[in-house]
Amino acid sequence: MSKKPTTKKQVETTGHSWDGISEYNNPLPRWWLWTFYACIVWGVAYSIAMPAWPIFASGATPGLLHSSTRADVAADIQKYADANKPIEEKLVATDLNQIANDPELVDFTRNAGGAVFRTWCAQCHGAGAGGNPGFPNLLDSDWLHGGTIEQIYTDVQHGIRDPLDPDTNPAAAMPAHLTDGLLDQTQIDDVVQYVLQISGQQADAAKATAGAEVFANNCTACHGEDAKGMQEMGAPNLTDAIWLYGGDQATITKTVEFGRAGVMPSWSYAPEGGTARLSEAQIRSVAAYVHSLGGGQ
Amino acid sequence: MWDYIKLIALGLVAVLAAIAANYARDLPYMVNAIEIMLAAAIAFIWVLRTMGGPKPSESEYFDGVIRAGVIATVFWGIVGFLVAVIIAFQLAFPALNFEWAQGYLNFGKLRPLHTSAVIFAFGGNALIATSFYVVQRTSAARLFGGTGLGWFVFWGWQLIIVTAASGYILGATQSQEYAEMEWHIDWLITIVWVAYLLTFLGTIFKRKEPHIYVANWFYLSFIVTIAMLHVVNNLAIPVSIFGSKSVQVFSGVQNAMTQWWYGHNAVGFFLTAGFLGMMYYFVPKQAERPVYSYKLSIVHFWALIFLYIWAGPHHLHYTALPDWASTLGMVMSVILWMPSWGGMINGLMTLSGAWDKLRTDPVIRMMVVSVGFYGMSTFEGPMMSIKAVNSLSHYTDWTIGHVHSGALGWNGMITFGALYFLVPKLWSRERLYSAKLVSWHFWLATIGIVLYAASMWVTGIMEGLMWREVDSQGFLVNAFADTVAAKHPMYVVRGLGGVMYLTGACIMAYNLWATVAKQPRAAAASVAAVPAE
Repeated sequence: MSKKPTTKKQVETTGHSWDGISEYNNPLPRWWLWTFYACIVWGVAYSIAMPAWPIFASGATPGLLHSSTRADVAADIQKYADANKPIEEKLVATDLNQIANDPELVDFTRNAGGAVFRTWCAQCHGAGAGGNPGFPNLLDSDWLHGGTIEQIYTDVQHGIRDPLDPDTNPAAAMPAHLTDGLLDQTQIDDVVQYVLQISGQQADAAKATAGAEVFANNCTACHGEDAKGMQEMGAPNLTDAIWLYGGDQATITKTVEFGRAGVMPSWSYAPEGGTARLSEAQIRSVAAYVHSLGGGQ
Repeated sequence: MWDYIKLIALGLVAVLAAIAANYARDLPYMVNAIEIMLAAAIAFIWVLRTMGGPKPSESEYFDGVIRAGVIATVFWGIVGFLVAVIIAFQLAFPALNFEWAQGYLNFGKLRPLHTSAVIFAFGGNALIATSFYVVQRTSAARLFGGTGLGWFVFWGWQLIIVTAASGYILGATQSQEYAEMEWHIDWLITIVWVAYLLTFLGTIFKRKEPHIYVANWFYLSFIVTIAMLHVVNNLAIPVSIFGSKSVQVFSGVQNAMTQWWYGHNAVGFFLTAGFLGMMYYFVPKQAERPVYSYKLSIVHFWALIFLYIWAGPHHLHYTALPDWASTLGMVMSVILWMPSWGGMINGLMTLSGAWDKLRTDPVIRMMVVSVGFYGMSTFEGPMMSIKAVNSLSHYTDWTIGHVHSGALGWNGMITFGALYFLVPKLWSRERLYSAKLVSWHFWLATIGIVLYAASMWVTGIMEGLMWREVDSQGFLVNAFADTVAAKHPMYVVRGLGGVMYLTGACIMAYNLWATVAKQPRAAAASVAAVPAE
């Protein structure tokens, strides 16, 4: 190693060499050492100020500042809870139909209901409430279980077909016509053609005629004579272009063959010793929010 | 005599594995048992056929296993990067989670495959191969344990990779990040790791140099600590000895704390200490310069290994973890900043006086950028461990960006540098096939990392801010799905960065292959195990 040393002062190597590698005897860089010391000093000070050192069987040193992340969060939540308490009380006391006439409540439910919706409802109904296959669009005026604010409120409160909540909306399930042997395959194919026809799609006229009879004998109890659906049964209108699961031949066939029974959870249900997922004020807020989205009746 | 013991042991393993496969209660366990049975059978035949052969000379280095390790490093590297690119695009375009591959090749199955492939297969092979190379050269001694022990470590490690990977795809996981391997594979790892420790320590014990070189301190600390972390974090009770499922001994927050004590030190010792060992040999060798400061290497070594082991709780800020543990994790992480930078200073300053080589030698350039990324991520890490910063960064893509600037920048680039150094030496070639291709690799990889890290900073900080945004009444402003939608463009950029990095690695694979296949053999290079002085 005869290369010229790089540091201004001549620095020797340690004299050892491994496979041709030697090491200079440079001192620790000053800035490095002082920064290291500063970090240590800060570390000691910080751990005196904050809860840091475990003490056997009695938790840990609380720190001079008595800081607690749990207390911080609780205080934060309490701050907003206190600030919103008067208006929440007002919301709970107000008749559902009068919310839209009170500018203060309109403003509050738009924010509070929107937040509840984005946190709890968006997973299925979409962040913009546009719905997804199996989960209804809440922006239009086509309502399976009713679009008045009371109906929306009740459905949020107790859910649809939620097995846990005895007060849930028990809307009749679409039967599995094939697996339960209610219809044979020909009848199913025919009734599917009929549904395609009445919803204004391409259909096999002969099969559809046969299907009309199948429909009259099996489907009208829920979907109605005119196939326009019944809200009290939770049965959709089959004559329009709005479909919950899909309006193509394959999907309709699947629906008739295997049935459908979508579930919406109950948001006021509280298990033994537990609390409900949403408070009364939150349920009212989100009902008002959904009702205000455009389709509310 | 020794050969007969080996044959009996291997035969026994093959038979027991066959029995285990027969009584297996689940598919991944059965597949793993068959893999182990086949491996033991092949090893049995190999031992049988090489019995009574000539003993290798003690005066020559044992390089065969290192050559195999170099090939395995390149191979698993490309596999790991390829899976990475696939899952990056699966996140950007969820339709790539194909319906026909559900349950096997969807993101959830491929993600642990990616992390294990790059950390344990690519990184692990790189560490084992380079440590075997470095410990022999700097100890001027042949690898301990004849040829058998070295090959056992190498092939044992490949078997672990294959069993773990097939287990993941078929659904065996204990759901602990970077420790997804189930109990039966954990046992394999333990056995192979003890053999690795034995090989390494044995070589150090019989060294002819009076002192142990700094690279070997780092390698040894990595091997010892990983053994401890692996055993403690994987304490579990199998549901059945014929099934892959096991139940963790720790539960709740204790389990989380043990897991991140392990997880953070997998980063600290596997990906930092081990690779610092690599840096301490290959940088001065390639630069042909002495290491900058012996004193700094001692101080930062001891400070680093003392402090790292405490830093795990910073992964659990604002969780069920008590505040005191959180404070300690944060404090130790911040104090760790300078000890980490000691390695960077020693690496970079070793080049002072040889800075001109940056222009002419793309391999040195790779190593310098690697050390630079090391410095960046070891600053970013302590910063992110500060609770106030962490409350924004935690659970966001910022963490992913941080990990990858370290993994792609530091671990990847230093490994590529070491591979470019090793291949001509190990196959006795005068030089690499093409310096120009190394340059291509360098630029593709560097720009790829910049795209990756920058896009993840943007999405990470954006989603952190979106998640915490509340209106004046305390209500959340954004739905989670809004943040996912907002990240889409940056996910595409991240994927493209990955494509560039993968392309660079493929160019390297070609260049290394061509070095061996097309370059003339160098005049008899010395492979004799002689001390430097």
